[in-house]
Order: sequence, then C-alpha cells, then structure tokens
Amino acid sequence: MTVHLKQDAPDNRDVLDGTGQGVIGAPLPRPEGLMKVTGTATYAAEYAVEGCLEGVLVTVPVTRGEVLSIDEHSVLTMPGVVAVISDERMTGRPAQGMAGEAPFQPAQEVCYWGQPVALVVADTFEQARDAAKHLAMEWRSEDAPIDPASVETEEDESTLQGDLAHAMAEAAHSVDVVITTEGHASAAMEPHAALAQWNDGALTVHASLQMLKFNRAELADSLGLEEEQVRLLSPYVGGGFGSKLGVSQEVVAASLAAMKLGRPVRVVMSRQQVFQTVERRSETHQRIRLAADAEGKLTGFGHEALVSNLPGETFAEPVLQSSQFLYAGENRLLKLDLARIHRMTAGSVRAPGEAVGVQTVEQAMDMLAEKVGMDPIELRLRNIPEVHPAKGTPFSSRKLAECLREGAAAFGWEPRPRAPRHTREGEWWIGTGVASGARVHFVEEAKARVTLRPDGTALVETDMTDIGTGTYAILGQVAGEMLGLVPDDIEVRLGDTDLPPGSGSGGSVGAASCGSAVFLACQGLREQLAKRLNVGADELALKDGFARWDGGEKALPELLGGEPLECTGHFEPGASTEDLTVSSFGAFFAEVAVNRWTGETRVRRMTGAFGFGRVLNARTARSQCLGGLTWCIGNALTESLLFDPVDGHLANCDLAEYHVPVNRDVPDLEVLLLEERDAAASPIQAKGVGELGLCGGAGAIANAIYDACGARVFAYPMTPDRVMAAMESSRPPSEST
Amino acid sequence: MAISINGQDYALPQDPRTSLLDFIRGEARLPGTKKGCDHGQCGACTVLVNGIRINSCLSLAVTNDGDEVTTIEGLGTLAAPSEMQLAFVAHDGFQCGYCTPGQICSATAMLQEIAAGWPSDATADLGAAPALTDDEIRERMSGNLCRCGAYANIVAAIRDVAGENA
Repeated sequence: MTVHLKQDAPDNRDVLDGTGQGVIGAPLPRPEGLMKVTGTATYAAEYAVEGCLEGVLVTVPVTRGEVLSIDEHSVLTMPGVVAVISDERMTGRPAQGMAGEAPFQPAQEVCYWGQPVALVVADTFEQARDAAKHLAMEWRSEDAPIDPASVETEEDESTLQGDLAHAMAEAAHSVDVVITTEGHASAAMEPHAALAQWNDGALTVHASLQMLKFNRAELADSLGLEEEQVRLLSPYVGGGFGSKLGVSQEVVAASLAAMKLGRPVRVVMSRQQVFQTVERRSETHQRIRLAADAEGKLTGFGHEALVSNLPGETFAEPVLQSSQFLYAGENRLLKLDLARIHRMTAGSVRAPGEAVGVQTVEQAMDMLAEKVGMDPIELRLRNIPEVHPAKGTPFSSRKLAECLREGAAAFGWEPRPRAPRHTREGEWWIGTGVASGARVHFVEEAKARVTLRPDGTALVETDMTDIGTGTYAILGQVAGEMLGLVPDDIEVRLGDTDLPPGSGSGGSVGAASCGSAVFLACQGLREQLAKRLNVGADELALKDGFARWDGGEKALPELLGGEPLECTGHFEPGASTEDLTVSSFGAFFAEVAVNRWTGETRVRRMTGAFGFGRVLNARTARSQCLGGLTWCIGNALTESLLFDPVDGHLANCDLAEYHVPVNRDVPDLEVLLLEERDAAASPIQAKGVGELGLCGGAGAIANAIYDACGARVFAYPMTPDRVMAAMESSRPPSEST
Repeated sequence: MAISINGQDYALPQDPRTSLLDFIRGEARLPGTKKGCDHGQCGACTVLVNGIRINSCLSLAVTNDGDEVTTIEGLGTLAAPSEMQLAFVAHDGFQCGYCTPGQICSATAMLQEIAAGWPSDATADLGAAPALTDDEIRERMSGNLCRCGAYANIVAAIRDVAGENA
C-alpha cells in the first residue's frame, strides 16, 4: 500500500500535536549514538572485504590542459601494483547536487590544478601511494583565466523593480558598500571514500554520499550501466556539508577498477585531494546598497554579487537567495554574475547562498542603523516586509521579529544606537553585534516504507542518509508519534538504494521531506488498523503500543494477528511552497573582544534564536544550530581558500592551513528554538534547520568587531591584519600613536 | 616483535611505511580509529600509547614495538561503554560521529594530564595545579577538530565526567 501526497495546499491539521504519544520534538538521544562513541558505526572505507585492493588517485599539476599519455609500465613492475586505471569514463569533477547524471568526463581533459586523471591499484595502500607518485605521464598545458575579476562575466539572475539609483539619490540615509568573501571548503572530517565490488554484472559501492537516489543515477550514467545494476550504501556518513551531494571522482574510479579487475577496490581521497578536487564555495564580490527615509524605513534595496565557476558548470553561488525577501524597499536591484575561471568546481557548501549573502547585508544594515541613529534591532524590525517585496506572495510563517526580540532578551542586548569603543578590558576592546538570519525552505520528493512487525515494533526504511543531522532520531520520532510507540520500539534503516528513495540530505530538505514520507506511511497504517476495527481513523488512538477507540482497547500484536503491516509514504512538493514565501528565520547575537595591538578577534559568547517550523527533536535541532554558530565563527574570522595568483593552485589544501574553528575558538553558545507550525512547508509543519545556523551570524560578529573597536572590515575572513588596518584608519586622531 | 592493542598482541607489519593508524584500521581490523587527514592536523586518529594520547597517523607501526595501544574499542564497548562514551551520548557531543572516537580518546587522556598537573596554554599559574576550567578543556581539546561543530556539547560532556570524578 502506498499513500501519496503532492502538497498543493497548506496542512493546518497539525496531526502530530494530537496523537498523544509525546515523542515528537522531545530531546531524545540519537539511537545510533552508542555505536558512534564506541567506534562500531561503520563508515564507507571500513568494511572488511576479503581480497580488497587499494587504489590511489593520481592528479596532475596543471591548471588547464590535456593528458597525452600515461605510461602504465612505469609503475606496473613496482611491488604489489596490480593496475593503472585511466579509463575515459573517469570523471574529472564531482557531480553537482541533484544532478542525477554523469559529471564532466573524461578526467584526462584537465580543467583545474590537481585534477585526478588516473588510479593506481595495488595490494596495499602503501604500495599504491608510492606507485601513484611515480606514475609517468605526459601532458600539454595552456593558459587559463584564474582570477574572477579579470574575465568577462555572464548574468545569472536579476531582479529589477523601481529605480534604485533614484531612491539612493533621494534617500535621507543611505549605505553603498562593497564586501568580499573568500572561498570556503566543506572540510567534512571523513575524507571521500568508496569501496566498490563487481559481481555478475552488479555493482555494490559503500560510499560516503548525501543523496543516494541521485548518486545512483550519476554513477550509473558515468559508467554506462543501468541504475538497477548499481547499489549504493551509506548508512554512516562522516559529514558532508555539500561536498558529498554528488558522486565525486573516487566513487567512479573505484567502480571502474572493480569492474575491470573483478576484485573489490577501495579508494580514499587524501585530505589534500579532498581540498583540491571536490567542491569549493565560490569567493564572492558583493555590493550592497540601502536607501532609507529619515525614520530608517527602507525605500531601496540593492544587492549585486559576482561569483565564479568552471566552464560548463551550471551552479552559481546563490548569494541573493534570501535578499529577495528579507527586507522591504520598493526600489530593488538584485543581480548575480558568474565568472568562468579555472579553479576547482564551485558547488554547494553548507547553506549555499545565504552563508555568504546574508552577513554582508547585515553589515550594511548595521551601518545604516548608525547613520539613522537607531538601535540596529529596531531598524530591522522596522523593515520586515509584509509580503515578498518582489513577488507579493505572503509568508507562510515567519519568526524573524520574535527571534530578534527574544534573542535580544536572552543575550542581554542593550538597545541603543551603536557608538564603538565604549568598553575596554586591558588590551581588549569589547563589543556586541546583531544580525538577522534567513534560509529559504526547500522540500524534495521522498519515499519511506514503514512496517509494523507482528510483535508491535516498527521498521522505518528509506535510502535517506544521516550525515550527522539526526535522521535516525527524527524519523523514529515521527513514526513513534504516529503509531503510538516509544522510540526504542522503532528501528530506522537508512542509506541503502535497495530501500525506497528518500530526498537525500542537502539544502536542509531531509527532515521535512523524509519526515513527511514517514508521516504519510504511518497515516496509511493508521487507516488500515482503523479499518480492521471498523472505526474511523480519526477515532483511533495509538499510544504506548495499544490501539484504543470508543469502547475498546487492543495491544498492537493482538491487532496485527501475527502478520506484518506495511505502507509506503510518498511525499511530493506541490503548490503550497510556490504560492507562499517559505523560509526559516533567525537572529544572531555576538560578543567579541578585539585586541587593540594585534587585531585578533575572540568571540566571547553567541546567542542564536531560530524559527524553522515544528521542532522534531529539540536536542538534534539544537546541535544543528550549535554547528551553524560554530561555522559562523570560522566564516567570520578564519576560513579562506587561498589560490596562487600565478598558476591558480590551492595553496592551503589541508587542515593545518585552512582554518576551521577549533574547540578553543568556540565560546559558550546559546540556542533558542522558537516553536512554530508552518502548514505550507510540509505536512508535518516542519522546515529545515541544518543550514539556518550559519545564515547571517558572521555578520553579527563583524558588527560586534565594529562596536568593539570601530573597525569596519569589508573583507571576510576578518583576520588580524585586516582588523588592524581597519582599526588604524578608524582611530580618532587623539589616539594615534 | 609485537604491538599490544587493547590487550591483544599483533606482529609488527612487514612494510615499514605502514602508519600505526593504518595498522590499527587495517591489519588489526579496528576501524573505530579514524583517518581524517593523515598528517596530524585533525586528531581523528587519536589513540593512547602507553597511556599517552598521540596522533596515530604520525607514528610508524614498526616504531611501536612493545607498546601498549588503547583504541576507542579498548575504552569501552556497546555492552560496557565508558563513562566518557556515555557522557558524549548524553550531551550529544557529536553529530556525524567521525571525529568522535578521537575526541573521546583525547578527552580520556586529557583528564589524566590535568590530574597529573601538566600545564597548558590556558593555565594562568604554571606553579599551581591546573584547574578544570572550561578554558583548560577547550585548549586541551583543540587538537581534535569537529566540523559538525559539536564543541559546546563536547565540553559539556567532559565537564560532566570531570565533575563526577573531581
């Protein structure tokens, strides 16, 4: 039995509020937690497979060119070497998220520095690694544009409304500022890995991937196989953050080797290869224009951005995504341009668009508040638009004002116009800053099968992944709430393409999409149970393993009569998210200390307040937000992909040189979850939360730096040198040394 | 010529290039110890060697002749998890779980280092015994990266265990 719903209208029934089991939203621990902390959760590279060969990818130090020849014999005589794979089906780039088709082939046509072009396979990892370094190749290279500022650009997207230039000229107060951000790496802790087995025309690959139904199609297309011949398994994924949305080079290479050699082959990228060959977040060059009347009401809003990608890639960092609707202003100009350059593929890194597009607007808003002479929170509250400023569509639900107000109260925000350099502790200037946050809500088609077993326990199955987000926990909670079971009586199986195709993890779609599929399946089961009892589904209560109705009660095993009961839920996005503006919202507050002599910034505390529809598990949701706030700190202060200006190679391609926040960089973080129900977002009234926590917060840190020391820094990350320079130029003459 | 891992002896590898990490994950078939960078930059491979935490990727297996290695599997099991492992679950001190075994090995050894009076960059008075402050915990856990951003919960988990034993 299948229950299908294409959600064309908001669902205001709030079914999960009336079922009564009381597990939905509860801060329950992750069911797989004990496996993760005891080292018994098995990740892609860790399956013990007899006779498994080891493959190491070979890359070339050329920015653009072509591999002319690969001399297999240069390594085939080395100890343990089994083969060199340089099949033209090898992929040179990762697939973009939800591509569902082969990425760029052949790999031997080189488009960026460090592109993998071949795979050396040997008995042991040490042998393969050594041989990979010795593989003799010939290539030709050619010049390639590597600087986004030096090439002609393509227009990717634009919104024009009214006359922004006129609004700027007429404005009582205005801000016109250029802010840059540098590239980011996902830097998931588990390097990309694949273990491929080829048996009788069937390919089985343990891989570290986020969106299996798309990945299966991408891999099959890359190899020239039918999808039915390919099975992918990713029950545990050591972080993704966008970098595992599409199949990357090691998955295809391991598969080709296994198919050619008829033996299992494992390929794990080195950390350097992960940095050099998987997706980056594009650097951005942004111009923000704000025009306001004397009371701080926006009359004009402009946001233009230049981003980059390789030739042939359709993805352009959607910097303006939330700028479309976050603030009012009848005269609008939003424009996204794309430069074609030869750095590695630009794609989705956690919260593509908003992760770099909101914080810049929030800096401009802070500057505007200062010009108007107004508390920055009041300025924001005054400019929350009634409807989508360009489309005119109403918002499905929006907690922005509440997040700003309740976050301010929790943080202890002092409402006042900002005037920097008000507090000093020894050599540290202390300041606070605020920013709004927003992340567009997406949903994706998803299926899940729920089986009530004869003993009254339940099994939830989908190919959906848990990349640390809490899928195992929340799908069990949705099922538990609907079927009246405690989570211990529910088993959740994920990450296997033999199971019904879920949404995959990406773009924060997972919880709302797959949660809805589980919800629909359980609805079907409730109907079947009610039918057996000759009562209406509405009259049936399921709680603690019992079915109760007017005049009766039966334990589930008795009701099931020794037979399992199964239903598949099939959720499809429909018009409900098209006719309304659906987004999650938040507010960020930061307190920083800036060293007056070195320009070093330390974040002393942060508060984030978030509204994202129904909270499915308050613990895992909070952890998602903590992760987001942590990313805000890296985004604001340390993270930056640095490309060599001569040959375009990535200079900081490891975790020593690309600075993700470490434990001591992260202070006490406070998270407020503002419950709401978004009927248009999904039939379970939930929106996504995986990315919201880093959509704007770096702006709160930037604004706190200004409040602390008077330095307006217009380039992320705000490293000590940049803060120092801005501090020097802002220092009053009396303080000059 | 043997390495003891969680109390079991393993013959040293034939290949001198094999890192202790690859030896643990490969020949000893204990994949709880993770490879995150292979360059001593992330801490995912942290194990205890003779009670001291190290990055096992930076040690060649053949140099560990006679050493006693404890991995995450040796600290506790599904049936009998350690206090620290339980605290990580209780405080949600992880998300994807990949850095977690390294974090837990590191945290376990770190508390012993504080108890032994070893100072850190966060220790204000080098003459006095280091206090178990959040700052000390954060500093001493900064060799273990967590990209999911679970640091706040990791500190809470360690504080919990340290508090109970204080």
